[in-house]
Amino acid sequence: MDENYDVIVLGTGLTECVLSGLLSVEGKKVLHIDRQDFYGGESASLNLTQVYNKFAPTRKPDQSLGKDRDWCVDLIPKFLMASGELTNILVHTDVTRYVEFKQVTGSYVYRDGKIAKVPANEMEALKSPLMGIFEKRRMKKFLEFVAAYKEDEASTHAGFDFDKNTATEVFYKYGLESGTKDFIGHAMALWSKDDYLQEPFRQTYDRLTLYFDSMKKFGGGKSPYLYPLYGLGELPQGFARLSAIYGGTYMLDTPIDEILYEGEGEDKKFAGVVTKEGTARAPIVIADPTYFPDRVSKTGERVIRAMCILDHPIANTAESDSLQIIIPQNQVGRKNDIYIAVVSSAHNVCAKGHYLAIISTVCETDRPHIELDPAFKVIGQTKDVLMGISELYQPLDSGSKNGIYISKSYDPSSHFETTTDDIKDIYTRVTGKPLVLQKRATAEEEEALAAN
Amino acid sequence: MSIEDPIPRFAQFKLVLLGESAVGKSSIVHRFVKDSFDDLRESTIGAAFLTQTIKLANDTTVKFEIWDTAGQERYKSLAPMYYRNANCAVVVYDITQLASLERAKNWIKELQRQANADITIALTGNKLDLEAEREVSTGEAQQYAIDNGLLFCEVSAKTGDGIRDVFYRIAEQLPVEEQIRSTMSRSKPRINLNKPSTNTDQGCAC
Ligand SMILES: Nc1nc2c(ncn2[C@@H]2O[C@H](COP(=O)(O)OP(=O)(O)O)[C@@H](O)[C@H]2O)c(=O)[nH]1
Ligand SMILES: [Mg+2]
Repeated sequence: MDENYDVIVLGTGLTECVLSGLLSVEGKKVLHIDRQDFYGGESASLNLTQVYNKFAPTRKPDQSLGKDRDWCVDLIPKFLMASGELTNILVHTDVTRYVEFKQVTGSYVYRDGKIAKVPANEMEALKSPLMGIFEKRRMKKFLEFVAAYKEDEASTHAGFDFDKNTATEVFYKYGLESGTKDFIGHAMALWSKDDYLQEPFRQTYDRLTLYFDSMKKFGGGKSPYLYPLYGLGELPQGFARLSAIYGGTYMLDTPIDEILYEGEGEDKKFAGVVTKEGTARAPIVIADPTYFPDRVSKTGERVIRAMCILDHPIANTAESDSLQIIIPQNQVGRKNDIYIAVVSSAHNVCAKGHYLAIISTVCETDRPHIELDPAFKVIGQTKDVLMGISELYQPLDSGSKNGIYISKSYDPSSHFETTTDDIKDIYTRVTGKPLVLQKRATAEEEEALAAN
Repeated sequence: MSIEDPIPRFAQFKLVLLGESAVGKSSIVHRFVKDSFDDLRESTIGAAFLTQTIKLANDTTVKFEIWDTAGQERYKSLAPMYYRNANCAVVVYDITQLASLERAKNWIKELQRQANADITIALTGNKLDLEAEREVSTGEAQQYAIDNGLLFCEVSAKTGDGIRDVFYRIAEQLPVEEQIRSTMSRSKPRINLNKPSTNTDQGCAC
């Protein structure tokens, strides 16, 4: 196969697969290659054998864990915000016809050594055990202010300019205690550090709005998060299928033997790749950082992730089959929050009666596993724990000169909003226009058309 | 519900196509769903036809949700998602290409590894209209099917010969009654992303 394409994509992580799907739907001729023999790259979900091979090659999974393919362990633990951009992309591309979702049952936050449900709205705030009676009222006032805020009605602004006043200033007006600020900033606005306090309130406001919109989107007031059945690895697979249906060519298990360039020095540009299947040419390549190690730099952050296998739900969570627990950094004397994402056999990601708790945070010391201790206390007895540390990478340049567009590593945030920012950014750099999602016909609409 | 109310008897199944490139998988789907054949049709870009319903005896409707490979079989890049929860598979070879039967046998092994244990498989020899160029004898393929508990058919997507038969014979083997019973009792914890709920079940004043 010696052929020309519009775009070659290397690596089948979520970012790359979404871009392949979007570009194929627009009529671009895409060749998508992965050196590994499974979809998902760094954002795959692995079966038991695959996870043990990767993280504990000297150990074997215990017999009691059941069949290999009952397990889909996410390498990157994240949830979808119900009103977030990834949900939006899924709906517009109708990739939802390949992937089924469930609402995550609970959103919890750690305060003073205990965990409690994050209030879904100002009514729930009044009932929350997280705060004393006066603090509850202050919290309710603050949430009412956020809910009532309208950009073009100055009377709702309480005298603030969100582009000037900092989060600290807004919190101060409502007299919020530091623990309350922690859970507004970290468990609702989902900041993982405290830098936001000194920045204009605008971004925090936007994040709070996303949180509450997501909370309301599918009703039930359980959590703002969604999770796909069979794990997050379904997402890249779904977008790859979208691309294939629109003519994209897929090659797994195909290492890159050589990268071809044209021009010299400043003018050196990407021209194609050579693999066991032959030479493929394209003016543009989109790749994850592992395919161009000399064109990326370390961000300096390292993320530790511990995949914990449990045979019991997490205590004090009403036996929830899925939840997120946020341990705000202040609560445990850190700079970065610790996240715990819990999913279970209810999502077909592990054998019956089991739970997967994935703990993650940015490493702050040389002994990062010790940093996870507060989280291990929260989840209780484990059947096994597998740990990995990943270095985060970012591209050295925008790619517009050399035709090499590289994605960022998946960061430690608990959702996909930064991933979709990267996707939209790469899309704009590659096509020269912002991403405008066009609604694809749903399965039902296509059926109606086909019937005529 | 009164006794006279007609109970809708409806069951839906996921059907996957497998087999080497160019044996005629997409053409078979096209023939089954649109009852047409196009010699020059490039590939199945943006495949519109994904489902087809057939009527069985006693007013039962069976709907096939059909997954074509979209070319992902070419470099062995079908995702686990493809096999997941498939109820039935049409594994196609080309009767004029001996090697395509060997490839079909490999796909059947792959199904046994990746799909549900109770999947219904129809081994299907296509391009029956090219009888003069036949390389695979009916007897050989049929024996393999019998030995492995598979349905066996020979068809031509080009003439339409035998195509409907494949799907009706599959439908007869499927656990239709079970499926009807379970859809009636199943609670729906899953979410339809296309239809955000407007009825929050707790008063939210935000
Ligand atoms: N003579 C003949 N040609 C067929 C038949 N079915 C498919 N073809 C041709 O075989 C080629 C491959 O068909 P296609 O459906 O794309 O195969 P797929 O790659 O398995 O999906 C096309 O040129 C078709 O026109 C058939 O029954 N008879
Ligand atoms: Mg085809």
